[in-house]
Amino acid sequence: MAKNNHSLNFWSGILFGLGMIAFIDETVFHQLLHWHHFYDKSTTDVGLVSDGLFHAFSWFATVIGLFMVAHLRKQKYWNRKRWIGAVLFGAGVFQLYDGIIQHKVFRLHQIRYDVEIFYYDLVWNIGAVLFIIIGLLILRRKRVNSA
Amino acid sequence: MGDWVSTLLVFILIAAPYVMAAEITGKWPVKRILYWLLGAVCITFSITGSLAHGAHHNFVSHMTVHLLLGMAAPLFFVLAKPITLLLRIMPVKLARGMMRLSKTNYARFIGHPITSSLLNIGGLWLLYTTDLYMAMHMSMAVHYVVHLHIFLAGYLFTHVLLSMDFNPLRASWSLRSVVLVLSIAAHNILAKWLYANPPHMVTAEQAETGAQWMYYGGGVIELIIITFLCYEWYMAMQKETKRNIQASL
Repeated sequence: MAKNNHSLNFWSGILFGLGMIAFIDETVFHQLLHWHHFYDKSTTDVGLVSDGLFHAFSWFATVIGLFMVAHLRKQKYWNRKRWIGAVLFGAGVFQLYDGIIQHKVFRLHQIRYDVEIFYYDLVWNIGAVLFIIIGLLILRRKRVNSA
Repeated sequence: MGDWVSTLLVFILIAAPYVMAAEITGKWPVKRILYWLLGAVCITFSITGSLAHGAHHNFVSHMTVHLLLGMAAPLFFVLAKPITLLLRIMPVKLARGMMRLSKTNYARFIGHPITSSLLNIGGLWLLYTTDLYMAMHMSMAVHYVVHLHIFLAGYLFTHVLLSMDFNPLRASWSLRSVVLVLSIAAHNILAKWLYANPPHMVTAEQAETGAQWMYYGGGVIELIIITFLCYEWYMAMQKETKRNIQASL
């Protein structure tokens, strides 16, 4: 049971991280800043499918991730630090997927239009790598501590 | 004036049987009656009144009708648990007949999550990617059949995926979750496709607004369905933990 909860703690963080990063992408860059739009019509078909799946799954991931936390808290098993580490790690992995595969390979949409896109891509993907590194550091440190 | 009468009539026609049945059982939760009435409002405004009339030539109204008829009304109706209510007021013999009917191969087939999803989302793909959309505007008969299908398929889909109402064929939680995510994805993809490919006689501007309405309006209802499904997981986990604790004592 304890082992189950341990991995549930990790996976709920990963799922919530994925959902959170997709939500930020949608609300901040799309709805508030209007850097990119609903659909730029130069998307490949596989890009459209990937985007549809990504957004559908991200909502599901956010909600189930939060219900997992509710379950863990009820059992007094929620490890917040490890959870935050997993959130950062999950968010970073999916931001990197979004930044490299979806934006560049599938040409789903660009981060912003009519600007020198290279710097935006650079910041986006370096940000993703930083999330992953910080997430991993937190996860590793907690493992050493608990050993 | 005449329009008002038909609106009221349709509403009463949908609401009255349920309210009467709830009255007969004596202790049916008020919450469920409210859900049913909300569902009835959605249906009423999608088939009578100015919104329904506008849907013939305005794509944005058309999409609003679809959201109400195919997503909102089915969700409210499923939350109202009409089949459970029906079984409760039915004579035992009839209820047994219904139980047998629900276990036939036909029921197993259309009650499977994958079939219900194909009927629902697959139907929408047919409507917008073939000449069906055009045919619907040429013939009233096709128009009625399409709208009846949108409601029935939406209801079947929501009923099967949430399985909150009486459902002896309830599929596993993971299968229903996977089908839900894939269906939402197919709905998202269709909305973006529509944005770039307006159907027959629809202007680019209306297609863009309608498609976004489909995407975001549909998204709200999808999020509610996701939440109910995940709540089911949470409750099952609580029950399991309790059982484990009792077993270890």
